[in-house]
Amino acid sequence: MNGLPGLYTVVGKAAVQTQFQYRTANYAYMLGMVAEPVVYLVVWSAVANSRGGSVQGITAGEFAAYYIVWTLVRNMNIVFTPYGWEHRIQQGDLSGMLLRPVHPIHYDLAYFAGWKVVVVVLWIPIAAVLSIAFRPTFHITPLHVAVFFLAIWGAYLIRSMLLWVLGMITFWTTRVSAIYDTYFTAELLLSGRLVPLALLPAWAAGLADVLPFKYTFGYPIEVLAGSLSTSELFIGLAFQAAWIAIGTALVAAVWRVGVRRYGAVGT
Amino acid sequence: MRALRLAGTFLRVGILNELQYRVNFAFSLVQSLISVGTSIAVLALVFGNTDSLHGWTAGELLVVMGVYVLVGGLIKMIVQPNMQQLMEDVQQGTLDFVLTKPADGQLLVSLRRVQLWQGVDIVVGGVLIVIATVRLPGTVPALAVPAFVLALALGSVAIYCFWLLLSTVAFWVTRLDPIVELFDGMYQAGRWPVSIYPGWLRVGFTILVPLAFAVTVPASALAGHGSGWLVLGSIGFTAALAAVTRLVWRLALRRYSGASS
Repeated sequence: MNGLPGLYTVVGKAAVQTQFQYRTANYAYMLGMVAEPVVYLVVWSAVANSRGGSVQGITAGEFAAYYIVWTLVRNMNIVFTPYGWEHRIQQGDLSGMLLRPVHPIHYDLAYFAGWKVVVVVLWIPIAAVLSIAFRPTFHITPLHVAVFFLAIWGAYLIRSMLLWVLGMITFWTTRVSAIYDTYFTAELLLSGRLVPLALLPAWAAGLADVLPFKYTFGYPIEVLAGSLSTSELFIGLAFQAAWIAIGTALVAAVWRVGVRRYGAVGT
Repeated sequence: MRALRLAGTFLRVGILNELQYRVNFAFSLVQSLISVGTSIAVLALVFGNTDSLHGWTAGELLVVMGVYVLVGGLIKMIVQPNMQQLMEDVQQGTLDFVLTKPADGQLLVSLRRVQLWQGVDIVVGGVLIVIATVRLPGTVPALAVPAFVLALALGSVAIYCFWLLLSTVAFWVTRLDPIVELFDGMYQAGRWPVSIYPGWLRVGFTILVPLAFAVTVPASALAGHGSGWLVLGSIGFTAALAAVTRLVWRLALRRYSGASS
């Protein structure tokens, strides 16, 4: 295979092989990550029980479903970190990437997409244990499953693009940690990662609607674990498509200006 | 005595080193405040829906949060940097340089590094504890403060022992970098009192990962949930854990084959 499809196949396969070598490391990482939703789940189940079974209409079983699907969506959300840009630029890794005949984002997209295959395989036992421990309630139809499959890849693309744009700030300044912290905090609160968006006060939920974060976290989770109507399912996909388009345009624009500021090591 | 002087010297050198990078203080402070702000937002969301969580009120949970932030700061300032250095040294074989020194190896590997600015969390956590305690209804009994300090010291030792136990695994399995992630993930559970977790998790967070002794017990002393028995239990547990850790450390050293073999 030639061209981009060929590149994606080769890089993706290489990622699968590399990451299977590090399965213990991957597992430890995933187990550390599971603690976060389990804590949220326990807290909200306790709140639901103290109120006679549900919070804002969400029962303990639905919280369990939400946070179990959360673990998969969170893993789909792992993309090239903006902190990695500092390393890329300091070490001059970017120079090598610039010599290749395709835009460097394709390597990141292909590599992390391949890694997801490993992650999903490793995730299945974790999900099984969590399901036995917390007894989630699902109301799923084949349509939900199909939309979920599209939505997690939509989430992956949106987050890849946005974090690339964020990372490229490093072309201008290396004092980026405060900017990243602000971004990640906004994301934490307004994406549905911390709590289902239905629990936020109305003004915050309204804000979440117009920001991209919801479409990388809360929306894909609710496709499988919530009770979205058919039209809501498709409106969500449309918003995802829009955010992918916006993200791609931003990556292209910022890259064009930013890469001119890049001076490789030795210049 | 000599050990104390040695510890003092190490800390001083570490702190002098960090004082070269004073701007990092501002960044650590911003980071710490953002993280505390987020936690308070979560507390507000939870207590917008209920008045008490397994018998804990919002004010009491603020005390728990303060202790969580403070102990987290201690870990990030001293425990974690040293343990990461230890794991790296075992992997590289550079632990030789520590073991050939005429002082106790465990002491040396535990005090070599200080990330002073990460200690901002100690101050932020302390302030949070004071504010939260003052705002609690009723007066805090006189005995509560020394009980809190004792429980906090014991809990910090327990968490340190747990970290050292985790790190000694490096003597058997060399690649251990995800351990930090794993610990960070589990430590987050300490944000809430362990009594809210279902049975099996509660046992795990008490005995396997000593979150109960590091965070919940000290906070209980201030928030009036504790009893003398809890503090006594903490003394017994920490002593036992420290003894086991010492034993495992000795065993692990026997496994260590150095850089040249």
